[in-house]
Amino acid sequence: MQIKKECVAMLLAGGQGSRLYALTNDIAKPAVGFGAKYRIIDFTLSNCINSGIDTVGVLTQYEPLELNEYVGNGQPWDLDRAFGGVHILSPYQAKKRSSWYEGTANAIYQNIGFMKKYNPDYVLILSGDHIYKMNYAKMLQAHIATGADCTIASIRVPIEEASRFGILNVNEDGSIYQFEEKPKAPKSDLASMGIYIFTASKLYKYLEEDDNDSNSAKDFGKNVLPAMLNAGEKMFAYLFEGYWKDVGTITALWEANMDLLGAEPVFDVGDPAWKIHSRNPLAPPGYISKTGEVNDSVIALGCEIEGKVNHSVLSSNVTVEEGATVIDSVIMSGTVVKKGAKVCYSIVDEGVVIGENAIVGEDKQTAKGITVLGRNIRIGDDVKVESGKILDKDYKGE
Amino acid sequence: MARSAVGVIFSNIQDQNIPELSKHRTIASIPFAGRYRLIDFALSNMVNAGITTVGIVTKHNYQSLIDHLGSGKDWDLARKDGGIILLPPYSNETDKPYTNRLEALKGITGFLLHRKEEYVVLYDGDGVSRMDIADVVRFHEENNADITMVYHEETSVESHYYITVQPDETGRITSLKINPKINGNAKFNMYINVMVVRREYLMDIIQNAVQSGYSSFGREILAKNVDSMRIFGYKFDGYYANISSLARYFKHSMEQLDKDVRDELFGARDIYTKVRDSAPSRYIEGAVVKNSLVSDGCVIEGKVENSILFRGVKVGKGAVVKNSILMQETVVGNSAKLDCVVTDKNVSIRDRRNLAGCPELPYFVSKGTML
Repeated sequence: MQIKKECVAMLLAGGQGSRLYALTNDIAKPAVGFGAKYRIIDFTLSNCINSGIDTVGVLTQYEPLELNEYVGNGQPWDLDRAFGGVHILSPYQAKKRSSWYEGTANAIYQNIGFMKKYNPDYVLILSGDHIYKMNYAKMLQAHIATGADCTIASIRVPIEEASRFGILNVNEDGSIYQFEEKPKAPKSDLASMGIYIFTASKLYKYLEEDDNDSNSAKDFGKNVLPAMLNAGEKMFAYLFEGYWKDVGTITALWEANMDLLGAEPVFDVGDPAWKIHSRNPLAPPGYISKTGEVNDSVIALGCEIEGKVNHSVLSSNVTVEEGATVIDSVIMSGTVVKKGAKVCYSIVDEGVVIGENAIVGEDKQTAKGITVLGRNIRIGDDVKVESGKILDKDYKGE
Repeated sequence: MARSAVGVIFSNIQDQNIPELSKHRTIASIPFAGRYRLIDFALSNMVNAGITTVGIVTKHNYQSLIDHLGSGKDWDLARKDGGIILLPPYSNETDKPYTNRLEALKGITGFLLHRKEEYVVLYDGDGVSRMDIADVVRFHEENNADITMVYHEETSVESHYYITVQPDETGRITSLKINPKINGNAKFNMYINVMVVRREYLMDIIQNAVQSGYSSFGREILAKNVDSMRIFGYKFDGYYANISSLARYFKHSMEQLDKDVRDELFGARDIYTKVRDSAPSRYIEGAVVKNSLVSDGCVIEGKVENSILFRGVKVGKGAVVKNSILMQETVVGNSAKLDCVVTDKNVSIRDRRNLAGCPELPYFVSKGTML
């Protein structure tokens, strides 16, 4: 009988993702579709299993039903384990308290019991809304080698953008001497990725202290990490070099999807040495008809393409009828683009029907912004949806 | 409903029909339609009829079959009670592995004996269809039949061994012939190797056959007893493809480019198969793809027309692939030209190569070849 796990991962998946607007009306951000066959959470879960971490708590709060169903018993990620595996951790009623997760730190604090069950030496804190491939085992090695109490994954960002991030100011050996949350005059280009490894005992200690502090916002970045630094704990930055994208906004989500395109894609999801696991659709191969034209695109199983698709990402079971055009767009599963319709520079969620000769969005060069169509809505025939519009209800024109 | 039935799939019994593709695998594990294996159709039809226990009779070359089936979870057949049960050949110093269907059945009497289901659905792994097995079992019950044989109207046949049946107006088969001569393009009713029989009745048949020293299920059980047994014919009207030669494999594969065929087989999205987590397929700038099926994990830079691409196929720049079936991980080099080619798994075609066959005799490239 196994009695402990060296490292347990805690995945924060409860955020509302309000900057994704209609896409997160009734699902949590990590459940949003990405890259033709994935959901955002697939990347973090795949990173876990590929890094040898087989015990993952997924903390859900906002609209968790679809996410719960998607994660299920964890089998697609090989996380259905007799000891460990993936577990959905929702807020619960306890004998002395019952409350929603109040902040990232509070969410973890409420699940100390879950972590302790595995008696881990280390705890890895993750966000469920990042697209990247990262070997957490290497980060853990660094954490052990430096003897740190907390290691924070960081990435170099262009210095002119650094003021949008939480910035780590570090000494030569990588130890952190200062955090600056969105500094006006950044001293460093090392941005926190929101991925932390804690030595478990330290994590428990500081979470308990944080919980007793009524002035705390119960947030890792704002409260727990600064408290540890002030107390003189050893904190190190771990430099991650590779593709990493926070897809918390419509623009970032669109851009990250487009990074999958091309002969040498910016982000390669097909690396056999680092597979991205997901639930797979029950669909036959994609079909491109005699009239279909597909250029510079990614197309999933079950699609039927009779029209034109250019520089776009299509999830499973999307239909593009004859004479229809899809350009610079992300189309999620089951959506139908009817005859003669045109979709430009848009993100279209699952199960949408775009009527005949309808026009959604406009050319990227002239568009006011990315057009977004929420789940299962219907756009009438001959209707025009202006660029930059975000719709979450059926639309038959003004 | 057909919880009262147990499935038995013969994975090898038709192997000799298509030696090119069954050299390294059972006929049931022949890849089909870009992401499936033939056995997926048999298994899915059974599962969709509520069957939760399927015995799979194997004889040789079944590594790829085992790899494909895994625990059975992709068909929802990883069960505590039943699920997929592999039935490897039974042999010892005196008994050699089976050479015919009766011996194969004799080898699984232990499996049949310990099941509780009322009926057995016997199914060969050589056909492609989406069939309502529950309806076949219902038909069997309604007719109080001893045996129900499913048939399909055909105009030609290429199998080494086939059975034609003629039912009367009540559905009872009154005439049953083995390997009769087929004249011209006349329609005939071909038994499509799907049979329903009461489990205990089947065990009696097997025991009786063993005692009598029979060796042919077709000749010595079915044909001989067509008058004394209540053998009924269930007419299957849907799409059916009998994979009985390479030319047939080619023809029926190409039929999958027809939307009506695809809608019938896959429209309900209930044909299950093993999941492999390939990336979605990438079409590079300048790629031209027409009338083709493209599975996951492909990267296409060249031209693809009237073809079927399995998982992970790469088509290089300037390459032209026409009327071809490229199985898993086939790599077509830059400026290579393929017409009427069938490549098995992991084939590599060098740059600027020209390969051509014809529909009656497709150019076949065997597994792992570099050309």
